Amino acid sequence: MISDITIGQYYKGDSFVHKMDPRIKILITVLFLVMIFMCKNFLSLLLTGVIVAVSILASRVPFRMFLKSLKPIIPIVLFTAVINIFYIGGGKELLSLGFITVTSKGIFTAVFMAVRIVLLIMSSSILTYTTVPTMLTDAIEKLLSPLKIFHIQVHTLAMMMTLALRFIPTLIEEIERIMNAQKARGADFENGSLTERAKALVPVLIPLFVSAFRRAYELAFAMNCRCYTGGEGRTRMKQMKLKASDFIAFAVFIAGFIGVIMINKIFGVVI
Amino acid sequence: MKNFIEFDGVSFAYEENEEGLTAETVIENMNLKIGKGDFVAVLGHNGCGKSTLAKLCNAILVPQQGKVYIDGIDTADEDRLYDIRQRVGMVFQNPDNQIVATIVEDDVAFGPENLGVEPSEIRKRVDEALKNVGMYEFRSFEPHKLSGGQKQRVAIAGIIAMQPDCIVLDEPTAMLDPRGRREVMATVKRLNKEYGITVIFITHYMDEAVKADRVIVMDKGKIVLDGKPKEVFVNIDTLKKIGLDVPEATELTHLLIEKGVNLPEDILDIDELYSYIINLTEEKN
Ligand SMILES: Nc1ncnc2c1ncn2[C@@H]1O[C@H](COP(=O)(O)OP(=O)(O)O)[C@@H](O)[C@H]1O
Ligand SMILES: [Mg+2]
Repeated sequence: MISDITIGQYYKGDSFVHKMDPRIKILITVLFLVMIFMCKNFLSLLLTGVIVAVSILASRVPFRMFLKSLKPIIPIVLFTAVINIFYIGGGKELLSLGFITVTSKGIFTAVFMAVRIVLLIMSSSILTYTTVPTMLTDAIEKLLSPLKIFHIQVHTLAMMMTLALRFIPTLIEEIERIMNAQKARGADFENGSLTERAKALVPVLIPLFVSAFRRAYELAFAMNCRCYTGGEGRTRMKQMKLKASDFIAFAVFIAGFIGVIMINKIFGVVI
Repeated sequence: MKNFIEFDGVSFAYEENEEGLTAETVIENMNLKIGKGDFVAVLGHNGCGKSTLAKLCNAILVPQQGKVYIDGIDTADEDRLYDIRQRVGMVFQNPDNQIVATIVEDDVAFGPENLGVEPSEIRKRVDEALKNVGMYEFRSFEPHKLSGGQKQRVAIAGIIAMQPDCIVLDEPTAMLDPRGRREVMATVKRLNKEYGITVIFITHYMDEAVKADRVIVMDKGKIVLDGKPKEVFVNIDTLKKIGLDVPEATELTHLLIEKGVNLPEDILDIDELYSYIINLTEEKN
């Protein structure tokens, strides 16, 4: 159940996408996010969709993995779609039932929003499926390093992210164990009113916090014993090097980005 | 033999007042010498100060009285703090709380990275360390998909990648199943034999302590017994008095001797006892 969460999951492989420099991958993913929301007509949406499809194929991560990452957000997608259909006015009126009117603009917006959310999840999944979490956080550290001039502790932030990713599965396991222990004592998490169920969670959260603090203490201790003193003077086993192929991939992506802008200009705006 | 670890009249308390140590001295006037390449097991019931002893060995704690020397370096010397921590690696009870990275090999690299070792050299050390603990095939696994014994071996690899002279293991097998315990013990034993790494192995299990070259038994912050396993475990009454177990074979031998059977006192394992008894019965016939 909860352990199905796929945050930060890595799918082993040695495809072109796996080998790309993580910094470039992050940059592309962030720019892609902008691109998704710049799409103003179906043609540009199609182009973004094609870019995602090509990246998925190039990553050689099975498509079912992407479906799995989509599963938890299906309700959100459907909900936003329905809301959009009923509440966005404008365009041609297609259907009118009492106080509900469905317009062409409403349907367009609904489809756009749904496709955008799906693309958003898929593109970020490509990043996490093809990048080892430590490389991901290392890359974020590198990308954010200019912030050091504002005295922001970039290394500490990256280390916190690494540790969070590392401990998510451990803490999820722990939650399940505590919940089972409380169930064995007669706790009921499934029935009762919302407040009753919320109350039933208190005896889960308190032991969870206690144990998380103990873990943090022991972990800090162990890190100290392994000579951790922060980012100063630290080297990395896995070095990041920009390769020619990284520049090419980035150039191709930028071409796609410009393509979207052009398509918007030429074919006009639908929503 | 050169002493690698030396405790010289060490006393330690977690709380101190103006007059010095409080009544609750956890380590009391301890003198201890451990040679390079020794395999020392430390026994003692809960709260007798074993973990405190371990922490005094790598300058996590510094004694209020007396001195601890590691390879001749005083642990109170703050400039040499990281020299000491690199020389004396620590492995703790809960493997989950000492693994830092989301991939096995990245975790093993953590120590050498902190020491500022060259990337190519780190790669070499990590591969070698993982092979040494038999976890090389698991190098790209996520730690939470490993068994307890495997995680603990990864933790040990993370320490040996720092190329320490000594490893202190604080009840590393307490949370493991019998198989995990055997794996960890075998790994540590090999590192000691093949690389001459000094090992201090804190444990509750007699069958593990028996495998050491030297056993130290602690009670209330003091060393009560110290010697080869055979010399230590014959003191059944002392061990029982401070609430420790005795290896089953030794206990059985003791009972047999009381009943008048002619056996040596210092039998530690069942196979040894078995062959003595077989011999006795053959003599009788
Ligand atoms: N951080 C601490 N602060 C105060 N007292 C402590 C601390 N850690 C341990 N103690 C006390 O020191 C004594 C020895 O503890 P410890 O060395 O952990 O024993 P062991 O590892 O043999 O079980 C215990 O009485 C314990 O309560
Ligand atoms: Mg302890």
